Amino acid sequence: MRPPPEKLLRALKVLVFLLCLGPAAVLTWKGFHDGLGANPIDVITRTTGRWTLTFLLITLGITPARKILHLPWLIRFRRMLGLFAFFYGSLHLTTYIWLDKFFDVHEMLHDILKRRFITAGITAWLLMLPLALTSTKAWIRRLGGKRWQRLHRLIYFSAAAGVIHFVWLVKADLKRPLTYGAILLALLAYRTFVWAVSRLQSAQSRRAPSPGLSG
Amino acid sequence: MLIKKPNDISSSEITPKSSFLGRRQFIAGVAATGAAVAGGLYLRRRGWHMEETVHAGAKLSGIVKSPLSTSEQPNSFKDITNYNNYYEFSTDKYEPNGLAANFRTRPWTVSIEGLVKKPKKLDIDTVLKLAPLEERIYRHRCVEGWSMVIPWVGFPLSALIKQAEPLGNAKFVAFETVYAPDQMPNQKRSVLEWPYVEGLRIDEAMHPLAIMAVGLYDEVLPNVDGAPLRLVVPWKYGFKGIKAIVKIKFVENMPPTTWNIMAANEYGFYSNVNPQVDHPRWSQATERRIGEFRKRPTLMFNGYADQVASLYSGMDLRKNY
Repeated sequence: MRPPPEKLLRALKVLVFLLCLGPAAVLTWKGFHDGLGANPIDVITRTTGRWTLTFLLITLGITPARKILHLPWLIRFRRMLGLFAFFYGSLHLTTYIWLDKFFDVHEMLHDILKRRFITAGITAWLLMLPLALTSTKAWIRRLGGKRWQRLHRLIYFSAAAGVIHFVWLVKADLKRPLTYGAILLALLAYRTFVWAVSRLQSAQSRRAPSPGLSG
Repeated sequence: MLIKKPNDISSSEITPKSSFLGRRQFIAGVAATGAAVAGGLYLRRRGWHMEETVHAGAKLSGIVKSPLSTSEQPNSFKDITNYNNYYEFSTDKYEPNGLAANFRTRPWTVSIEGLVKKPKKLDIDTVLKLAPLEERIYRHRCVEGWSMVIPWVGFPLSALIKQAEPLGNAKFVAFETVYAPDQMPNQKRSVLEWPYVEGLRIDEAMHPLAIMAVGLYDEVLPNVDGAPLRLVVPWKYGFKGIKAIVKIKFVENMPPTTWNIMAANEYGFYSNVNPQVDHPRWSQATERRIGEFRKRPTLMFNGYADQVASLYSGMDLRKNY
């Protein structure tokens, strides 16, 4: 399939950017219109948390979608989606630091050390941080494609930590966190499958260097 | 039964209900109030209670103020009914109000059983007349770290217990919520073990602060808050306040409680509000009062230490959390 023309891609990028801002915009609007219910800070925390995980999974879905749907140009959206995951994750963390703990460093350190769901959440954000910082073209050049790619595999661990954070914080109903977990597993299973197939193929090609002759 | 003169200003008039009720509902409410007042005057002359009208939103009358109420500003009717854990309907705090709207609270029978002299099945309308209704404005502290001030209407649990005449070996009271999966959607899922069960030690249950709530503000208890009959134990975390009660059983041994079955290391049988004993996953030292921005310190026994601490003298509250 031919990639869409550059102009259309650029327009699409603007559209996707605006869509990604949607959740934050809705939250802000509701915040100013008494729309966040009895416990607004709770709603802000949960909404930003859910969107962080959602964007992480969408970002991880780009590669399978490119391959399976034969839409290689989707790669053009991946960095932006990943940065939005970081954006919502940072809002989520800010909500915790500011509106939940009111910058009480002692209290937060205590929390991080003692409460495993906080530990997992902070870990997920910290793992995203180097990815956000090295998301520019200049950093890809500086690190070299291979090393950059290896570094950016941290996203798998970040997403896993995020799901664990969600699983550990709910009181009883695991439906939502396990839904995220199942999608993450499927996305990782796809990669494992692709990796296994390529290993197998390269092993075979080593054994039979010139398949043309044997077949 | 003694019926006091109504107070000049009822709490619901202080809270501007018109600001949150839609205009149509407001007009309907005014009409219903008018009808209720007219009916009430008639019934009062006949020496009757108003609980004959049972549907949610119906006014209760003859409510006596209680010296056990806090003077803190109650949360609005809207916040109390729209931010609430009721896992039988939903694990989301915003959803139960809508989902419980058509919950049927009549006919309703409460079974009093176990180690009592007089086991019986009471019709809910009989239960409502066991004792004069009192307004009890209590602090409510959820184990999740938020709190409210709620103007319950109810009567002391001790009144019900005295009626049942428990035997000497009855050491605990076990409560059970209705099992009605056709009406309570989450009872079809295994979120918790259903039906919800709770319990109190008998001296806790006899404490004057422990009440059976049947109303909120001056209205019949809304379905979302556990109509027609729920337990309120203000010095304990909110989940001890079991809703939609159908069974009260007197037993010798500590009865199982739902959240304790779910996670024994997180929720003990006593579950007294205690800022010094953290929930394993979060601190209980502070709380967010709904409607406030900053958190406030959580008080021992939710601020009822003077009245209830003696119930637990000599007990290690870290072990008996």
